[in-house]
Amino acid sequence: MTESTKGNRFAIQTFSLSRKFGDLVAVDGIDLSIEEGELFSVLGPNGAGKTTTIKMLCCLLRPSSGTATIMGHDIQKDPIAAKQVMDVSPQETAIAEHLNAWQNLSLMGGIYGLAKEEVRKRSEELLEMMGLTKRAKDRVRKYSGGMKRRLSIVMALVSDPQVLFLDEPTLGLDPQSRRSIWERIAELKGKKTIILTTHYLEEADALADRVAIIDEGKIVALGTPPELKDSISDMQVMVVKAKNLPIDVIEGLREKYPEVKEVEDGIEIKAKEFSFDEVVDYLRLKGVVIESTYRKQITLDDVFLHLTGKELRE
Amino acid sequence: MRFMILAKRNFQEVWLDPLSIGLVIGLPVGLLLMFQPIGKLNPFFATTNLAPGLAVYAFTMLTFSSGMILARDRESALLSRLLNAPLRANDFISAYSLPYIPVAIIQIALVFGVGRLLGLEISGNAGLVFLIIFVMSIGYIGLGMILGSLLTSKQVPLVWTAVNILTIFGGAWVPLEALGGAFQSAMKALPFAHTIDAARAVMVHGVGFSDIAVDLYWVIGYTLVFFTVGTFLFRRRMVE
Repeated sequence: MTESTKGNRFAIQTFSLSRKFGDLVAVDGIDLSIEEGELFSVLGPNGAGKTTTIKMLCCLLRPSSGTATIMGHDIQKDPIAAKQVMDVSPQETAIAEHLNAWQNLSLMGGIYGLAKEEVRKRSEELLEMMGLTKRAKDRVRKYSGGMKRRLSIVMALVSDPQVLFLDEPTLGLDPQSRRSIWERIAELKGKKTIILTTHYLEEADALADRVAIIDEGKIVALGTPPELKDSISDMQVMVVKAKNLPIDVIEGLREKYPEVKEVEDGIEIKAKEFSFDEVVDYLRLKGVVIESTYRKQITLDDVFLHLTGKELRE
Repeated sequence: MRFMILAKRNFQEVWLDPLSIGLVIGLPVGLLLMFQPIGKLNPFFATTNLAPGLAVYAFTMLTFSSGMILARDRESALLSRLLNAPLRANDFISAYSLPYIPVAIIQIALVFGVGRLLGLEISGNAGLVFLIIFVMSIGYIGLGMILGSLLTSKQVPLVWTAVNILTIFGGAWVPLEALGGAFQSAMKALPFAHTIDAARAVMVHGVGFSDIAVDLYWVIGYTLVFFTVGTFLFRRRMVE
């Protein structure tokens, strides 16, 4: 737990939470405390253990050792009580396709034990908030991908959970739909404890109070987005745009600067110290026609790559 | 009784899908009407003789619907969303099995109701006919749970086709005696032929409980196995 968190009570606490699959340690003794009202983002490359962690917190996977609490309810000793105070919007659009939006919401509200009138009232508010009111009576199989994803989030909210898990809520959506969902999530900030897993680092950067980066089953970094960026603030990132960049030239740069990443129409070089002139001279000597060079602001992408050595979108 | 909410949705899934309703209701009634003229030429296809077989055949559609709904819910992650809800294992098992029982009763009522209009007569105890057929319907629902827990929605129809063929050749609308030999013996090792033979014996020959007790035990035994295995597999899907 860092000093930067400011709530009064923990919504989620994990205690040496671990899960093994045979000899493979998918989650390796994670200790984490998330305060009420926090929007907490979990990042990690594929196979890092984030889905396994979330599944354990959602009581869908038994821990091999350790445990966790959701609003004080132990996920192993009292999973039904833990489930009563949380809900999840899975990565896939988990909706009943033959039903309309009202019926889907009525289904979710009902199984959480809400009265019909309460479900209707909450559904009205949430459908309005997500811009789905006009199509609420249509069968959801006719919805676009973005509408289905918004409904999926509404379905997780209808039970008025104290803790909300959003698993890749904007994966595969067009930029406009993605931004629309970001705005809705931003409206929930402070009202719910939200655990957001995402492949879009800019999403975590824009929305999250705190970010945990998980790699090989362990938390390798934890803090607010500015804290994480500051942790590598002594690094500089230089971007070179050039069309003819042969691989041997890039390999030559890598001998001097370990973090050289190929980007669209160029390369990105990250290092604690380097001279712009030295890089430019080297490239010109090798016959590379440079179109532009500039210094880039550190992003969560850079932090992620620096800590894990992997691209998030592999 | 929160499971009733989910059970209601599963019931709706059967009635809101045109393909499903066509298979569940349309096909057995259609077959009954189609075979009616043939029944005047061949007594096997006479309505009274054929109705129990077609009712049992209709239950294969329950296997299809229950298997497909469960498989689709697993694939679409709706099931993992539902599993995250505060319901217990028994709630889920009830919600994914009970909605098909009224569907089975509707199927039985339709086949026998339309059959009655076409001249169907029951010589023996109608309650006994209903009992054995109804028990078998629960077995078919259990089979659906097995398929839905194990297979994808693309695989379910393939295995269901095998169940369908076994039911047809178990005497649903192909005379079992015509097959003869090892095939007939193999079919007698499955519950479908026992159900159909026993129901026919009561309807056509008016036999009593003692005459069909062995058949009934076969059907109850298989139904228990199907349902127990289906429940076990479903529970295994709940928490890994």
